[in-house]
Amino acid sequence: MTWATITKHGWPGGIEPNITDYDAACASFSWDAARARLDGLPGGRGLNIAHEAVDRHVAGPRADRVALRWIARDGQVTEATYAELSVSTNRFANVLDTLGVAPGERVFTLLGRTPALFVTALGTLKHRNVLCPLFAAFGPEPIRRRLDGGDGRVLVTTPAIYRRKVAPIRDALPGLRHVLLVGDGAQPAGTEPFDDLLASARPTFAIPSTSPHDTALLHFTSGTTGTPKGVVHVHGAVVAHLETGRSALDLHPDDVYWCTADPGWVTGISYGVVAPLAAGVTTVVDEGDFDADRWYGVLADHRVTVWYTAPTALRMLMRAGPDAARRHDLSHLRFVASVGEPLGPEVVRWGQEALGVPIHDTWWQTETGAIMIANLAGADVHPGSMGRPLPGIEATVLARGPDGRAAVRDGSVAEVGPGIDGELALRPGWPSMFQGYLHDEERTRAAFECGWYLTGDVVRRDAEGWYRFVGRADDVITSAGHLIGPFEVETVLMEHPAVLEAGVVGVPDPVAGEVVKAFVCLRPGHEATEELRLELLGFARSRLGAAVAPRQIAFDQHLPKTSSGKIVRRLLKARSGGLPDGDLSTLEVP
Amino acid sequence: MTMSAGDARAALTRLLRGIAPEIDLVGIDDDALLQDELELDSIDFLNLVTRLSETTGVDVPERDYPELATVGGFVAYLARLDPSR
Repeated sequence: MTWATITKHGWPGGIEPNITDYDAACASFSWDAARARLDGLPGGRGLNIAHEAVDRHVAGPRADRVALRWIARDGQVTEATYAELSVSTNRFANVLDTLGVAPGERVFTLLGRTPALFVTALGTLKHRNVLCPLFAAFGPEPIRRRLDGGDGRVLVTTPAIYRRKVAPIRDALPGLRHVLLVGDGAQPAGTEPFDDLLASARPTFAIPSTSPHDTALLHFTSGTTGTPKGVVHVHGAVVAHLETGRSALDLHPDDVYWCTADPGWVTGISYGVVAPLAAGVTTVVDEGDFDADRWYGVLADHRVTVWYTAPTALRMLMRAGPDAARRHDLSHLRFVASVGEPLGPEVVRWGQEALGVPIHDTWWQTETGAIMIANLAGADVHPGSMGRPLPGIEATVLARGPDGRAAVRDGSVAEVGPGIDGELALRPGWPSMFQGYLHDEERTRAAFECGWYLTGDVVRRDAEGWYRFVGRADDVITSAGHLIGPFEVETVLMEHPAVLEAGVVGVPDPVAGEVVKAFVCLRPGHEATEELRLELLGFARSRLGAAVAPRQIAFDQHLPKTSSGKIVRRLLKARSGGLPDGDLSTLEVP
Repeated sequence: MTMSAGDARAALTRLLRGIAPEIDLVGIDDDALLQDELELDSIDFLNLVTRLSETTGVDVPERDYPELATVGGFVAYLARLDPSR
C-alpha cells in the first residue's frame, strides 16, 4: 500500500521555512556560504564549536536569551542564559586546566539530560579536549570497552552511576586519571567533586587557537564485528551542524526547541547541544524518562515550536491514544522531525492528526555527523520516505554484491536506477564527515570505495529522487533507536560458563522497531532450563545494561553455520520471522 | 479481593523476574524509581506493564503509568488491583 503525499497549504504559525524551493536551494548551495554564517574565533584564531555555540552570542543581543531551560525529573525548571552558559563552560575549561589535562586528551561523560552535561561538553571543547559521551544506560562492560578503547583521561558522571557501573571496573582503566562526580553524595576514593571544582574555578577563559581540523568529538557506534567503532569528528563539523539545523530542522532565531535524544548518542550532541545553540535558539532539556502525559505537557507548557524525536517515542505516544494529546494545547508546534530508525507512514499521518503537523523523517548516522537526507519543512512530506538529500549533499544508490554491500567490479562501483535496492552512498566533502575510526585504519578504509562513503544501509530511490529505507546491509540491530552490535552481546554471553556459542539478532517489535534476541548453544553438561534462561538474561543485563542486553533468549543446539563455521545471523533472524531465508547455498547442512 | 503490601511486593518480584531477573528487591526503598535505581529502560517498563495486565487480566490505562514509576507506587497499585473490575 502506498500512502498519499502530504501537501502543505501555508506555513504553521505563518513562519516561512528556511527552504521553500528545494531545487533552487540545491543549485545555489555552497559550504563556503554556510561557513560564513559562523563567526570564527576572535583574531582569526580558527574555529571552535563551543565559541560558535555559546561565546559568540554573548557579545551580541542574544547574551540574555535563555539558552537552556532544564526540566528536572521532579518537574522543577532551571534556566541558563547564553551569558551564564558561557561563564559555567569557562569554569569547566579552567577545571581541566587545573587538573593538568592536555589538549587533545579525551573527556568522557556518563550523564543524563542535565545542565552538567552541557557544561562538561562545551567546557571540554573550549579547552580543546575531545568529548566522548557515553549512554548512561550502558552496563559496566560496554563502558569499560569504550573508556579503554577511547583512552579516557577524565570521566564526568554521577555518584550513583559511578558506584554501580564504574567502581567495579576502575582497576581495569589505568589511563583514567580523573573521575568527577556531579551533585551531592558520598565522594568515594579516587573521585573528585564536580560542583566544588567548578565553583572554585575562574569564570573567564579565552579559547586558544583551534583549527577546524582539530578533533572535537568521539562517538562510539556499533558494527557487525569486533569492538565498537570510535567515530572521530572535528571542530569544523559545526558548519554542518548549524547549516542542517537551518535546512533540515528549520530552526529560526525565536524558536523554542526540544530534542529528546539521549546525550550519550550522536543526536543528543549534534542536535541536542551543538546545532540549537549555534543557531541561538532556546533549548528545552527534560531529564525525565518517557511518559506520554509528561511529554505532551512539555510541548504545551514550554510552547515548543520545533521538536526532534524518535520513532519509538512516537509509537509510544500513539499507544497512549488520541485523548492524551487532546488534553494539551500543541498549537505552538510548528515543525516535528524524527530520526533513529525508519519512520512508518502511519506515524507520519498520526502526527498530522494528533499533533497538528506531519512528522518529517530524517536520515543520518554517527559517521555523517549531521543530517544528510530529510523531508523538509518547506516541501511536501512523502510518508514512508527518508526524504531527499539536503543541499550540499550528493547521495546515490550502489549495486550490491553477494555480501550485501556495494559491489566493486574492475575497480569501480555501479549506481542503480530508480526503484532498485542498493547501498546508500555519499560523496565525501561535507564538513561533519567523520575523519575515521579511532585506532582502526582498516575499518576506516573499508568505509570508502571509488570516491564514495558507504553507509551500510540499503535503500531505494524513486524517479523524483526520494529515498526509502529498506534495511541494513549488515547485522547491526536498531532497537529503540540505538544501534547495537551483535558481536558485543555475543561476547558477553559467551563469558557465561554454560554458554558455548551465541548468535544475536534483531527481531521485529511493534514499539522498539527491533529487540535483541539471543540464540544460545549450551556447553555439554548444562541443561536448557527456564532457570538457566533467566540466569543468562540477568547475567547479560548486569554486564551490558538494559538497552543493549537481549530481551529474549532461546536455546538452540544447532546454530546455523557457514561451511567455515561462522554463525549465520541472517538465518537466525529468518527463524524469528524477521527475514526470508534467502540464499542458503553456502550453509552447512545439519 | 485485594492483596497485602507484602504479597504485592512478592508479585512485583515475580513480574520483574521474567524481564530483569538480575534485580533483587530486598532492601530497595519504596521511593526507588524503576527506570533509575532499578535500571529498567522504557521498553522494560512497557513489558512490565503488559505482564501486569496479562497476569491480572486488568487493563492498565496509560494515564496510570506515572503511579507505577516507583517500587512503592507499583506495589500500592498492585495491592488495590481488583481483577473483577
